[in-house]
This record gives sequence, structure tokens and C-alpha cells, in this order.
Amino acid sequence: MSDYLKLGVLGLVALIAAIAANYARDLAFAVNMAIVMLSAGGLFIYYLRRTDEPHPDINESEYADGVVRAGVIATVVWGLVGFLAGLTAAAQLAWPALNLTDIFGGYLNFGKLRPLHTSAVIFAFGGNALIATSFYVVQRTSAARLWGGNLAWFVFWGYQLFIVLAATGYILGATQSKEYAEPEWHVDLWLTIVWLAYLAVFLGTIMKRREPHIYVANWFYLAFIVTIAMLHVVNNLAVPVSVFGSKSVQLFAGVQDAMTQWWYGHNAVGFFLTAGFLGMMYYFIPKQAERPVYSYKLSIIHFWALIFLYIWAGPHHLHYTALPDWASTLGMVFSIILWMPSWGGMINGLMTLSGAWDKLRTDPVLRMMVVAVGFYGMATFEGPMMSIKAVNSLSHYTDWTIGHVHSGALGWNGMITFGALYYLVPRLWGRAQLYSVQLVSWHFWLATIGLVLYAASMWVSGIMEGLMWREVDSQGFLVNAFADTVAAKYAMNVVRFLGGALYLAGAVVMAWNLWATVNRQPRIHSGPVAVPAE
Amino acid sequence: MDIYTLTRAFADSWALLALVLIFLCVILFVFRPGARNAQQDAAKSIFRNETRPAPPEPEEDQR
Repeated sequence: MSDYLKLGVLGLVALIAAIAANYARDLAFAVNMAIVMLSAGGLFIYYLRRTDEPHPDINESEYADGVVRAGVIATVVWGLVGFLAGLTAAAQLAWPALNLTDIFGGYLNFGKLRPLHTSAVIFAFGGNALIATSFYVVQRTSAARLWGGNLAWFVFWGYQLFIVLAATGYILGATQSKEYAEPEWHVDLWLTIVWLAYLAVFLGTIMKRREPHIYVANWFYLAFIVTIAMLHVVNNLAVPVSVFGSKSVQLFAGVQDAMTQWWYGHNAVGFFLTAGFLGMMYYFIPKQAERPVYSYKLSIIHFWALIFLYIWAGPHHLHYTALPDWASTLGMVFSIILWMPSWGGMINGLMTLSGAWDKLRTDPVLRMMVVAVGFYGMATFEGPMMSIKAVNSLSHYTDWTIGHVHSGALGWNGMITFGALYYLVPRLWGRAQLYSVQLVSWHFWLATIGLVLYAASMWVSGIMEGLMWREVDSQGFLVNAFADTVAAKYAMNVVRFLGGALYLAGAVVMAWNLWATVNRQPRIHSGPVAVPAE
Repeated sequence: MDIYTLTRAFADSWALLALVLIFLCVILFVFRPGARNAQQDAAKSIFRNETRPAPPEPEEDQR
């Protein structure tokens, strides 16, 4: 019965997508709908061939690790794609001829690749890492299989479809021009459906848990899922111009729209890139160090303080704009208060190693996680400092902001994800250990040196830009034209490109090491996948 | 009064007070007597059930 229902829905979706592609008002919408049509059509054939075949029962005495394995692969692949897009964009900034406008007709200009890069690393790399690790962690800490049978697979594939639709849309010109929320209305609607399914799987698993307590990592993951749902829906309130076109008009206008966007934008940082990844920190660091978290009390206080404070910090993106003064002061004050819980969490993560510091000498995976927490601490100090109006008047619109974002993203999000991947792959594929610990060390140093080059060059470049922009002569005239600052940044842009190249090289080393871990080592029989069915 | 003034007045008075009180209660609840055992048990829960889910509760088996 459910087979026929699936076939009916998929056939209908393919048909409607075909009609929409035919009547499409713009190229991006036509390509998006063609992708939907092909996906639904392919799935239709896939399910048609399995119709009325016996379904394998879902074994409740095993963890659903297949979807986690798929998520780990997707994380690595999208990571490489996202880093490469970033490196290309960095090269285009240093050497504008690389836009290759004549060859590609402008379709691969910096302006197209930049949102492709940010979305690929945040939502494709980070999002897949969050979905995969949250599914892994919620099962282990709840001692229960994922709720909802194959719904977790719908979340995985639905999320990949979202990524492909968004990426093709960016290149072909479908964007609502909101930073980190570029996808247009039809892609937003699809993400909403996928995200609610994700919430259902996660919450369902927590509700059928066989542990009395909900482990703190799950609190962070749940806060991430719920808040992103709320932010996504409110920031994407828009009216499509036509149901057959990708263009839409925002419901809010002017400064209200700007405030909604940065309420979204900063909390995407706070709940996607911070709360979700803190969930990773609170599970994988204690596991890798083989010691419980330093202070469970502190972790709960960390959680509630973060939740209560972060949501107000957004207005610091709009200092000295049309936003009312009280609102930007509020954003600044909450950003500064936020420094304390952030460092509480950092101390909690670092002190988990107390009594096990010697492991840092021998275990490069743990070293990676600790550096990640270190960068979390640095970025959460730098952020509050930059939110102070006087500092912001120097730093805003300069490369300093880009440096800050990357010390958070490459240092904290990237490194903790790499650590989690190194932890997960041998366990998920039932291998005794990683293929090469030496290569993990190589990755660690490539990534760390790349990161230092990136952050340092952007500090120099950003502060130089800020000072050049405000420099006035004795008559009160501005000394520098904007183009002067662009020319002065050349050396720093090259160093930034080199830093990114090292970081990408580290990720390539990781991808090979993880591949070899699975394909060049025998399976052991005590791993989770090798457990015989009862 | 227009809606902006109304909501703003509410936000920086009663809503602010309520949120601060809820926050303080949550923090105090963490330090409630007897919480230490539950918290230490939760902190160690990640070292259980590594390879497979916990078996169902006995009473759930009686079907």
C-alpha cells in the first residue's frame, strides 16, 4: 500500500516539475525544476522495481548507521567542493583576470562563486557534518535506534537535493540577495519540509530513549534544529512573483528587512555554527579523551546562557545604519555578555583533558579537537570585541571581518569536524584504527599553518583598509580612493590564497586517509557494523 | 499608541523581567540539592551503549 502511495506522489511530483520547467520564467527555475523532475522520476523507477517485494524489517536492536556513513561521505565531498570554491574565489580577488569572464560569460565570476563558497562550506559541509554527527550521537546517548524508520534517509537525500538546487540557482542567477539565505522561495520551501522531518527524527529518537537523562550534546543539537527552523521561516517570508519563476519579493522592507536578515544571519552563526558544533564538542572530545566532560553543571549553564543571550546579538551587524541606536546598543551589549558563556564552554572543553594532557603528544585527532576549542575561544573573544561600536567603526566592511569569520569557521567548525570524522570513520566501517596517524599529523599542521596565514593576512589587510578609508588630510578631505585600498591589499590577498591552499591540501590528505582507512584495511568483527543480527 | 511603541515598552519591561527570572531559575535549578548524582551519571552515559541500543524494558515485552 505504501509502495503505491510513494509511486503516486513521486509520479505527480515529476509531472508537476516537468510542467513547471516547461513554463519557467527564468533559466534558474527551469534547471531547478528539471533537477526535481529527474530526481522524482529516478526515484519513481527505483521504487517501481521494488514494488510488492518484501521489505526488510527494521532491526530495533541495531543502530541506524547507514545514514551516518552516507553523511560522513557527503561531508568530506562537500568539504572539498566548498574549500575549492573558496580557494578559487580567493584567487579571483588576488588576480581578477581569473574571473575568466570572456570564457564563462560571467557565470563563474567572484560574485557567483562567493555565495557558492559560503553556502557549500556552511550548509553543505557543516550541515552534513551536523546531520551525520547528530544522528550518531543521539542514538548512542539515547541507547535507541533512530525514530521514523527510513525518514532519516529522506532527511539525508532531501538535504542533498536542497544543496544542488541552491548551488545551481546561485550560478544561474536565482538569489534573494540575503547573506547565508540566498536560496529563492521554492528552494526555501523544500528545505522547510526536510528540516521538519529532521526535527521529527531527532525528537522522536530522544522521546523513545532508554537513558533517563538527555545528554547535553543533544540539547545543543536540538537547540540548533529548532532555532534554525524558526530563523529560516521568518527570514524567508516572501511572495513569489510567479509560481513558475524563481523571483520573489520580501515581505519586510527597508530597515526591518535588514534587521530580520541579521537576526537570522547572526543566529545562523550562533545556532548553526556554534550550538550544533558544541554538540559535537560535548560528545567527541570526552569520547576521544576517554574521560567524562570536566563539569556537567558548567555544560548546562553554558547551554542556557548561550540560548538566552545569542538571540539578541544580531544588531551588531548594523552599527551606524538606519537601525535605531538602542537596538544596535542592545546587540553590542549582548554580544559582550556572550563572551562569558563562550569562554565557560571553552574552559569546559579544554579541562576535559585534565589528567589526560599527555594524550595530546600521541593523538593528533585529540590535538585537532583541542585546537578547535582554542579557536572557538579566540573567535568568541574577537567577536564581542568587534561588536563594540568604536571597534566596529574601524573593522566593519573590511577584511578583518572575513578574517574573524574564517578563524571561527576554519579553526573551530573545520577542525572539530575533522576530529569527529577521524573518530567516526574507523568505528562506522568497523576498522581497527585509522590508516595513518602520521597523515593526521600532516593534516593538522597543514590546516593550522594555513589558518594562521589566513587570519594574520586578513587582520593586516582589514586594519589597513579601515585606517586608509578614514584617513583625512589637513583640509578634511579623504586621502585614499577605494581603488587605492584594493591595490594595497594585493600582497595580503596572495597570502590569504596560500593559506587557503594549505587548508585545502590538508583536507585532501584527510580524504585520502579516510578512504584508505576503509579500503586498505580489513574489517574487524567487534565494530558496530559487524554485530550479527539477532 | 502605535504598535512599535507598545511592543517596545512591553519588551523592555515585562518581557525583560520574565526572561531574566526564567534564566535565573534555570541556573538555580542546575544547583538543586541531589543533582550531582544525576549529572555525573549523565556525563558518563556516553560510555554506555556504544555498539547497540539498550534492550527494551521488561514490561514492554508482555504483549
